[in-house]
Amino acid sequence: MTTTEIPAADGKGLVKIGQPLLRREDEPILRGEARFTDDVPIPGALYMEVLRSSHAHARIRSIDTDAARTSPGVVAVYTGADLAGEWVGQIPVLIAPDPAPLLAPRWGPIATDKVNYVGEPVAVVVAETRARAADALEAIVVDYDVLPAVVSPEDACTDRVVIHDELGTNKAYTWEVVITPESVDAAFADAAYTVKQRHIQQRCLPAPMETRAVCAVPDPMGGGGFTLYSSTQMAHLLRTLLAMTVGVPEQKLRVIAPNVGGGFGSKLQTYPEESLCLALARRLKRPVRWVEDRSECGVAMIHGRGQVQDIELAADSDGKITAVRVHLLGDLGAHCKLFTPGIPVIGGPFYHGCYDVPAFAITITSVYTNLPPTDAYRGAGRPEATYAIERAVDGLAAEMNMDPAEIRRRNFIPPFENGHQTVCMVPFDSGNYEPALDQALELAGYEQLRKEQADRRASGSTKHLGVGIASYVEVCGYAPSRMMAAGGGKFSLWGTSVVRFLPTGKIVVTTGSHPHGQGHETSWAQIVSDRLGVPYEDVEVLHSDTAIAPYGVLTGGSRSLSVEGAALSVTCDKVIAKAKTLAAHLLEAAEGDLEFNDGSFNVKGTPSRALPITGLAHTAAFDAHLLPEGMEPNLSAETTWDPPNFTFPFGTHIAVVEVDEETGAVALVKFVAVDDCGNQLNPVIVEGQVHGGLVQGIGQALFELAAYDDDGNPLSPTLADYLVPSAAEVPSFTLGSTVTPSPSNPLGTKGVGESGAIGSAPAVINAVVDALAPLGVTNVIMPASPMTVWRTIQAARAAAPNAKENGR
Amino acid sequence: MKLELTVNDTPHVAEIEPRTLLVHYLRDVLGLTGTKIGCDTSSCGTCTVLVDGESVKSCTVFAAQVNGAALTTIEGLAGDDGLNRVQQAFHDNHALQCGYCTAGMVMAAVSLLEEQPDPTEADVRGGLEGNLCRCTGYHNIVKAVLSCGRAAER
Ligand code: FES
Ligand code: FES
Repeated sequence: MTTTEIPAADGKGLVKIGQPLLRREDEPILRGEARFTDDVPIPGALYMEVLRSSHAHARIRSIDTDAARTSPGVVAVYTGADLAGEWVGQIPVLIAPDPAPLLAPRWGPIATDKVNYVGEPVAVVVAETRARAADALEAIVVDYDVLPAVVSPEDACTDRVVIHDELGTNKAYTWEVVITPESVDAAFADAAYTVKQRHIQQRCLPAPMETRAVCAVPDPMGGGGFTLYSSTQMAHLLRTLLAMTVGVPEQKLRVIAPNVGGGFGSKLQTYPEESLCLALARRLKRPVRWVEDRSECGVAMIHGRGQVQDIELAADSDGKITAVRVHLLGDLGAHCKLFTPGIPVIGGPFYHGCYDVPAFAITITSVYTNLPPTDAYRGAGRPEATYAIERAVDGLAAEMNMDPAEIRRRNFIPPFENGHQTVCMVPFDSGNYEPALDQALELAGYEQLRKEQADRRASGSTKHLGVGIASYVEVCGYAPSRMMAAGGGKFSLWGTSVVRFLPTGKIVVTTGSHPHGQGHETSWAQIVSDRLGVPYEDVEVLHSDTAIAPYGVLTGGSRSLSVEGAALSVTCDKVIAKAKTLAAHLLEAAEGDLEFNDGSFNVKGTPSRALPITGLAHTAAFDAHLLPEGMEPNLSAETTWDPPNFTFPFGTHIAVVEVDEETGAVALVKFVAVDDCGNQLNPVIVEGQVHGGLVQGIGQALFELAAYDDDGNPLSPTLADYLVPSAAEVPSFTLGSTVTPSPSNPLGTKGVGESGAIGSAPAVINAVVDALAPLGVTNVIMPASPMTVWRTIQAARAAAPNAKENGR
Repeated sequence: MKLELTVNDTPHVAEIEPRTLLVHYLRDVLGLTGTKIGCDTSSCGTCTVLVDGESVKSCTVFAAQVNGAALTTIEGLAGDDGLNRVQQAFHDNHALQCGYCTAGMVMAAVSLLEEQPDPTEADVRGGLEGNLCRCTGYHNIVKAVLSCGRAAER
């Protein structure tokens, strides 16, 4: 422990909300003691390996497993047909594009007669060692009848090849929100300026550094139960869904997510390997474990993004946006996983960004392709939306020859503290967008940068300086059940927490959140220390084990603090209320005469007669005869909390790039992010979350692409081909923040897990386009690799040979 | 084949299959699971350990190749007096989130600081190029390593 961890000043080990605090999670990790799923020793475990389809679209004629079965060390080999009897239901879709009807194909953990993407499981080997299982896998022979593959969503739209016969089309749904169609048309008819752009959200690999891993263990004491270890973001929901699909009764299944090495949405799933390990452990009556190879991860894990965006803006002569019209084409991949069809829809209401837009229309068509399913990846729909509107707003600025900061300023929704009904659907909680922009401009040295840019351009340098701005608003705090249902949610999310005082005055908190790097153990202890006035070190936080923790649904969508953390705050209030009744009873005072400070109750004005809450906890446990009539022994409380609204974090990011005209290379020289996540619980963790998000957005902008050939074969499933940025490709960051408390929860917090990934990609591409504007470049597709940028420059030159002389 | 080596000051003798990768030997035979596996193309660095003081990606060598060597893994870094300075710097600078890259990152940083006791930011970023982290955006990792440099001590 370092001295920075717990401020000595207060002498009682108390920490406060808002105080920078280093993490208690760190030490076991730094010592190499923290165990992730594949680190958990399981005596007697068998190893599963999965044979995956090598074709994007094919019928399975036959699978010959004979040689594999007799391979040394092999215990069993199964095909989809062999395991058909193991499944009692299909994994459901949890967010649908209501009220549009959703056409969704049937799918199971393992293919039976047909494969629809490279990577789909077709057979499994279970062996005594991992190496034996891998060896045997190679001996399986699958005879495929290869079908033409659909790899682009545009192609899917034509129904040239229909992937799922039973649906008769590749179109999953068309979802339309038009706010007064006449006003949208009228706005475009009357517009002084219009912008029309197409953007491609390339498929990205979430690529958490820990791939997935699973281990299913039959209850060693008998009794028919199972423990399933999985690298998941949703232990509880996984248990429910496995119960519904594999048929192990929910109460007989314990799911533990040990240390989880990153998720970013990719581990918000019930994956085939979880179902398979559980079913095989049941069948073979032995523990069965599996770990994903990295190159397997590239095809077996969900992909992120995957959209084609057509966006149009109309604006009046002052640059005031009068309408936004969007057509979105979503690439769902081969079938729907938990949230697949909902991802484009989640982003839908954010295509007007943080701007006061009177008329808005969006149509989303999503289609099936012969690629891995897409689903939630850091930001899930909002980075895509932000990218489109922020690129379009820059397009408007260029059209009007107006500064991109000014155009944003003119269009921001004016400040609001408690609810703003936007043109589309959900009311925002609180917002004040301009100060974040101002701060970002200040931190970036914007005026100076523009001067440098002008000088550089005047000098005729081939190294172009570009400055890109992106302002965003997004939605977090997934929970409000009524709003979720209205938005197409097929399940509810809420926050849960239990606070239990032990007789010694120490506290055990159990929470429904499932951290995988976000530091909830630190943060939750911080909340309790602040609220209850107890030493931080006396609070233990337990989670991610369905046998221990209350049902918390999942960790994702930056919801943990504003829903699960808020639930904990509410629970603390309940504990205080009970303790206060007890204190009043013992002090023979009226409750109204008591005050509670730093963990002690006293009658106002007589601080000398104080009762510490820890002592009251002891009394409530072991001197229960002293409790007031009717009061239950023990000082503990529990909450399931359903908030009134979502939260809407916002901010402005600024990227500064240098683009080499001759090579197309983009160097990111500076990045400023000003984010408003409402009240900050722990600024150390807030900054860390932003840093990580930024690099994911920058990665999408400059490096990352899950590439496929025309037959649907993956070209970049490994980390040698898929370019996760390294330290060498990114700079250090300049962060700022504004604080606009959210009225949606008692902590006033909005969430910050995704913000970094939302503003960064559009800021970077806006900067690249800004740099190359003198060459006539108006758009660069992601990832802006040297080759792509160079080609874009050549195309712009060919189209407008004199562009360079025309200036910006 | 017979393998003899020292890991974290403890000598080990084992009978292994020649195809055993060092990372598998460490994790599966010795149970030193602090060393992670993050890829299958020598790209991520989560498996980094020190072999005779030099950082090595333990997924790229067979255990047989380090016969006779002295290895340090993440489990062997802290002393009786607590975390070593690089580990401590990672904590002090919030340079880890999920922690999956951390062991490799710390080992690579230890080796980098050994070679370049006074690195610049560019040295650190370049030196850690072979270690990927998906959580931290590297900002705090770089800060942590720089804080161990001589310049920071002055
Ligand atoms: S496991 Fe990725 S480099 Fe060794
Ligand atoms: S801390 Fe998660 S990968 Fe680095």
